[in-house]
Amino acid sequence: MGILEVKNVNKNFGGLKALKDVNLSVQENSVHAIIGPNGAGKSTLLNVLVGKLIPDTGSVMFNGRSVLGRKPHEINQMGISRVFQTPEIFGDLTVLENVLIPCFAHRDGAFRIHAFETVEAEAEMIDMARHILEDVNMADKCHIHAAALSRGDKRRLEMAMCLVQEPKLLLLDEPTAGMARANTNRTIDLLQEIHEKRAITMVIIEHDMHVVFSLAQRITVLAQGTPLVEDTPENIKGNPKVREAYLGTAEV
Amino acid sequence: MLFGLNKKDTRFLIIVVLLTLFTPFLMQPFAETSPLAQFNGGYPDLMAKVAIFGIFAIGFNILFGLTGYLSFGHAAFLGVGSYAAVWMFKLLTLNVFPAVILAVIMSGLLALVIGWISLRRSGIYFSILTLAMAEMAYRLAYSVLTPITNGETGLQLRPHDPRVLDGPGAPQYPNLFGLELNDSYFLRLGDHVFTFNVGYYFCAAFAILAFYVSLRIFRSPFGLMLRAVKANQQRMNYTGLSPRPYTLAAFVISGMYAGLAGGLMAAMDPLAGAERMQWTVGGEVVIMTILGGAGTLMGPVLGAGTIKYLENIFSKINENVLHQWFAFLPDGLENMVVWLIAHFTGEGWALTLGLMFMLVVFFMPGGLVEGGRRIARLWRKRRHGGDGGADGDELHRPARSPHVAE
Ligand SMILES: Nc1ncnc2c1ncn2[C@@H]1O[C@H](COP(=O)(O)OP(=O)(O)O)[C@@H](O)[C@H]1O
Ligand SMILES: [Mg+2]
Repeated sequence: MGILEVKNVNKNFGGLKALKDVNLSVQENSVHAIIGPNGAGKSTLLNVLVGKLIPDTGSVMFNGRSVLGRKPHEINQMGISRVFQTPEIFGDLTVLENVLIPCFAHRDGAFRIHAFETVEAEAEMIDMARHILEDVNMADKCHIHAAALSRGDKRRLEMAMCLVQEPKLLLLDEPTAGMARANTNRTIDLLQEIHEKRAITMVIIEHDMHVVFSLAQRITVLAQGTPLVEDTPENIKGNPKVREAYLGTAEV
Repeated sequence: MLFGLNKKDTRFLIIVVLLTLFTPFLMQPFAETSPLAQFNGGYPDLMAKVAIFGIFAIGFNILFGLTGYLSFGHAAFLGVGSYAAVWMFKLLTLNVFPAVILAVIMSGLLALVIGWISLRRSGIYFSILTLAMAEMAYRLAYSVLTPITNGETGLQLRPHDPRVLDGPGAPQYPNLFGLELNDSYFLRLGDHVFTFNVGYYFCAAFAILAFYVSLRIFRSPFGLMLRAVKANQQRMNYTGLSPRPYTLAAFVISGMYAGLAGGLMAAMDPLAGAERMQWTVGGEVVIMTILGGAGTLMGPVLGAGTIKYLENIFSKINENVLHQWFAFLPDGLENMVVWLIAHFTGEGWALTLGLMFMLVVFFMPGGLVEGGRRIARLWRKRRHGGDGGADGDELHRPARSPHVAE
């Protein structure tokens, strides 16, 4: 049994079959990559996992509990965090404040008023936030408004916001898209380090094969809403069916 | 770390306290004998109004300024506060404390109900829901609720009110343990007359408390969450936070502020009428908050003060006054000028307010506070010949995003 078990999930948008009989099993403490051409249904699958979409049929179990029917914030509290394809951050707030919010959420749960404590007095939280910002190499940008960041920085900020929650399962939707090469490599190192140090299970959607083959232990190839193959990176590299369907043009 | 505030905020609070304490001087700059005496605003009624509407706007800003949820229905809470207070005066005692306490509780309860329902939607739908519900409360006050509200006549004190806690010798006017709120002490300095009124200082004390609480909320993790609601509810959800309890808490807090304001209004003038619940009153607090600067600490107070002061001055300028002012012009021209200006003064004050609001929204989207900041920055630049640098309220500067939550 994997930590995440997706069984026979179908999702239609009108006539469009975005997900067709998707089965996916992610082993605890592994990095599982999902690759596939644009429009294959990768993001839709993540939307189902985090409660943004409800599938037409099928089941999604996380840690032995069903995810379906729960609200997004409840699913997050079960231990699933997600980095979106288009960064979802608090644009009006500073970088530090962006990270403080998940810090508080992690400590206090869904709701706590504490209207009479100052943020500054929460030294422990601020330390934690600064620490994670150092990890993603953004410590110098603490007081910048998040909306003013470059796309790559927004992504790294979002990653920091997810990591600071210490999730059991981290979902990453094209985390290095729009990043400079140096930052991509840094991100790979960071994810590797976090995966080893904190034993976070990761599902990563990625077009950059360098990232995929550096990190993943299992790869699922999705095409037109259906998993084509699931295998180890070595076997995927050599699989002629995959080469034809997807990797044909990509540099491997 | 005084009162749980850092040095800068403590200084800020002290300035606000001093301004409030010295309002009877500050709003009375002209001598009695001066022709400018008509621009004096230092009389109890107006000063108390500024304090009361200041409280109303400070509370409104906690909801609107921080979370971006724009309510048009806050007049309902003001009205309920007033009714609750007058009922306390009638049944229990003319001491103002029970009245104010019940006003806050009742408006808080109503806010819980209205907030619970209307916060199921956001953006324009939320605004319309609050408007509809406040309008409903207003209609009810005139119809089925007349036994409680006394309909159009309004709820008033009567000689045969039970007032079970008041003995035979108790004051016949709302009072602070015997000190009647309409008592004033006059200070004459040369041609200047300053009025120190019990009612004003009573309201002012609450205004300071209201400001302090708002300051603490702004700086707190709770305030941070409220700003997160405005910034990105999606991300909040995917961070394990449900925005609803936060918006509801902000809604109830701002409703209680409105109830406090309503209770104080009743304390200053023990009469509650349904017109206090009309949507125009709810619209006024929106205008005050935006004019002053939504999402800033001082903005709502500035907005409330500016509007109440100007309303008072402009309403007093009738055609007679205008004819006096422009008597030096040739007759035909005088009539024309008076005719023109009369549309913007007296009854036409709303027109001036509308114009003022438009100008501010167009040229200073951040309100008067932003205007003040721009001036300060210019001034600093001129002095240092360099960049203005960071300014005080930086962290809580209103965003350039639209005012309404998505
Ligand atoms: N909310 C939606 N409504 C309708 N169609 C959608 C929606 N979300 C995704 N789709 C469609 O489903 C298909 C899969 O999309 P997506 O999961 O975003 O692909 P990708 O693998 O590139 O992430 C696409 O054809 C897309 O247009
Ligand atoms: Mg996608």
